[in-house]
Amino acid sequence: MSGHDFSQTIYGRSRPGRHGYHISSKPAEAPRDIPSEYLRDSIGLPEVSEPQVMRHYIELSNKNHHVDKDLFPLGSCTMKYNPKVNDEVAAMSGFAGLHPEQSDADVQGALKVMHGLERLLAAISGMDAVSVQPAAGAQGEMLGLLLARAYFADRGISRRRVLVPDSAHGTNPATATVVGFQAQTFATGKDGRVDLDILKSVLDDDVAVLMLTNPNTLGLFETHIAEIVEMVHKAGALCYMDGANMNAIMGQTRPGDFGFDMMHYNLHKTFSTPHGGGGPGSGPVACRSHLEPFLPVPRVVETDGTYRLEYNRPKTVGALHSFYGNFGIYLRAYTYIMRLGSDGIRRASSTAVLNANYLAARIADKYPIPYGSRCMHEFVASGESLKKHGVRTLDVAKRLLDFGFYAPTVYFPLTVPEALMVEPTETESRETLDRFADALLEIAREAESSPDTLHQAPTRTPVRRVDETTANRSPVITVPLA
Amino acid sequence: MPYTYHTDEDRKAMLGALGLANEAGLFDVIPEKLRLRALLPIEKGKTEPETLRAMGFISRANRPASQLFNYLGGGIYDHTVPSVVKNLSSRPEFATAYTPYQPEASQGTLQVIFEFQTHISRLTRLPVANASMYDGATALAEACLMAAKITRRDVVLVPYALNPRYLRVVRSYVSGQNVEVRTLRESSAGDLDAEALKQELGDRVAAVVVQTPNYFGALERPWEYEKEIHAAGALLVACVDPISLSVLRPPGEYGADIAVGECQPLGNEMSYGGPLVGFMACKQDYIRQMPGRIVSATHDVDGREAFVLVLQTREQHIRREKATSNICTNQGLLATRATIHLSLLGEHGFTELGRVCHERARKLAEKITACDGYTLKYSAPFFREFVIACPTDAESVAEAARREGILAGIPLSRYYGAAARNLLLVAVTEKNQDEDADKYCAALKRAALVKVG
Repeated sequence: MSGHDFSQTIYGRSRPGRHGYHISSKPAEAPRDIPSEYLRDSIGLPEVSEPQVMRHYIELSNKNHHVDKDLFPLGSCTMKYNPKVNDEVAAMSGFAGLHPEQSDADVQGALKVMHGLERLLAAISGMDAVSVQPAAGAQGEMLGLLLARAYFADRGISRRRVLVPDSAHGTNPATATVVGFQAQTFATGKDGRVDLDILKSVLDDDVAVLMLTNPNTLGLFETHIAEIVEMVHKAGALCYMDGANMNAIMGQTRPGDFGFDMMHYNLHKTFSTPHGGGGPGSGPVACRSHLEPFLPVPRVVETDGTYRLEYNRPKTVGALHSFYGNFGIYLRAYTYIMRLGSDGIRRASSTAVLNANYLAARIADKYPIPYGSRCMHEFVASGESLKKHGVRTLDVAKRLLDFGFYAPTVYFPLTVPEALMVEPTETESRETLDRFADALLEIAREAESSPDTLHQAPTRTPVRRVDETTANRSPVITVPLA
Repeated sequence: MPYTYHTDEDRKAMLGALGLANEAGLFDVIPEKLRLRALLPIEKGKTEPETLRAMGFISRANRPASQLFNYLGGGIYDHTVPSVVKNLSSRPEFATAYTPYQPEASQGTLQVIFEFQTHISRLTRLPVANASMYDGATALAEACLMAAKITRRDVVLVPYALNPRYLRVVRSYVSGQNVEVRTLRESSAGDLDAEALKQELGDRVAAVVVQTPNYFGALERPWEYEKEIHAAGALLVACVDPISLSVLRPPGEYGADIAVGECQPLGNEMSYGGPLVGFMACKQDYIRQMPGRIVSATHDVDGREAFVLVLQTREQHIRREKATSNICTNQGLLATRATIHLSLLGEHGFTELGRVCHERARKLAEKITACDGYTLKYSAPFFREFVIACPTDAESVAEAARREGILAGIPLSRYYGAAARNLLLVAVTEKNQDEDADKYCAALKRAALVKVG
């Protein structure tokens, strides 16, 4: 029915009786003292050789686009170059070989890094305290809203709603629901920013939190940020900043200075840790002192240069991770911040903003940018003008793959028709930005002269456009057991 | 300055193209009073050699378990990571790719996830598996929420011997959804008390969680009460150590509806407990309630086999406040490592791994019980982890052994208070050689003589 033979999967390469790897030099016995009712027969794993495994996964790896190959301009994802020294540090045996149940006395270096990273992230945010525990940005959001719930509960106040602007990333409303709040979406103003009057109309004493991304997903700084935060605080609610876009502003301004009560970072965006094809990430939460008692356990505490893990926090929201979060990612981010320093951080954000504006200016003639000419680290262009040639943004995205680039984020935010959300990051050279701009302009010309080239694209990738409809209707998600 | 590469000339030309004299102009939209004039109060940047030196010093302030005689487990296990796994997973083609939103340029990642799903499905014998969760604890928490949604009920029963760190996370996760967590008592053998379970079942129970091996290492017999659980309208959620599925009965064979667990032991470093990688598998009926990313096989327009993310309408970026979960970025690269690890070991090597772990654990347990004053706490069968009762308090036994370079186990008083004062949880992997067991026992004997004070 599925029409798959799966011969190209690792299972297709299996030959019964072939042994790729040995654990023991003598044959191992079946468990003697576990009664048979507990035991299984076969598992059904493939049987392949070590060289086959190498070749199979090398072949697969060659089918990926990745940032070490070329530009990866995905908006709001901050696909900057991932420095290799970060990985070298994370692989040091003094870090990679630590077990989380080791005594504090044996892990002083690890605790120093966690504590140090929390202090650095507090300084960059202008906040008082940080928990690095959340494993990703969405879990950071979850922690933020758990803090808010615990904060209000502690004061005997019941507030049920979380406000999110319509330009917010989908995790914001999803998180509100997961934490037991009701998400309320409100429209942004004509200029793509929060409109104070609209915000006022949805604010009341049932609102617990405003979640706001700044710069927002249009790449715009919320110029009225101080007034927004003041209004929300006057209504008795808290302000949460989604820090997905911190790469634009680190070292230039601080969320704590705008008055935010809490925020999350994405270490796998702003602080250069590799995305790994979808994780691991890390989503530390920074907060002001009134929320600190609620942070998850354990906390890393320092006394006279000695570090320990502390669990005795009566008001804590509990824990969001088996242990202390994604420690291997902290090492990479800590190393990165050590390399950049205060001067490099400021240079990184200003260069990210320079690159985005330069690129926007180069393509704006063919891909208009509905919300203004000056952006922060990313911009959202529209492919709508190509529609008259029968070409959609999706076609532009696919054609970019033929030019050897990845595609920008497309059709998000929903407030821009045929959206192309582009974030080049600071690590790209002017030549690369020019090459990418040239490709986009060439594609716009193709849209006029030979739109079918775009409809057919991509043709130079390992596979061409795939049938998503059938896959969604009847998903085939494993190699069936013979 | 590191990681920005414009020449002065480029910078000037680019600013010029924007009509700006300097970079400060890029930030004119930020209100003047909010702009930082000075640099952040952190150190100036270091060169790569300086950084490596500084981080090298910090790393040497640790005493890594991997270089000691290590018997710590409790969810994280010190297994050999094959060189092939390290080599392949460090390739930038895997490490520096993003979530595979454009399938045509992401077939490598997509097929790896598809093979991961297949491996997990074979281990658990459940037909559906997702692309990964943050860790075993959050996978379990999400499974509880999923069960509550499927059954529209609001109580989750968990065993006393559930990993206490998982329990803490489950409580934090379900707190927003008004789901109540009730703890079941254990039997004197160390496994779940089936009678207590049957009494607690009722029309509010959404799920019964069974962890096997449980936190005390004891093996459970879910097949003995699976029928009662389902008859009461609840789901059976199995929380399992994937290494144990090399030899133990898979959850799908005893009627589990959802299976979750931690894939760190499959080719991932301990790394002080993170990053980790959880898995989730379930019955076909629940695929649309399952959180996380899912990859399906399909074809491209030329009829070639291809892979693609599916059922994204469950996910937050489409479904927003109605999503099954808020999970977005997960643990891709660690799932990649687990995939390669299982492919490499294969049917034979993985079975051998489980057998060797068990055999060495069994021999160590025998030797320990031959030491004066040390006994096995529970009589239920174990796989590769077990609890010993010490003649004195376990914390001081562990501390005395630690000074000799032996990490003897996890003192259970950390989680279960004074009642567990003498109990030590001991884990064994293929890295613990039979000859180390004598060293271990000698340390225990000496530790027993140390005065508690």
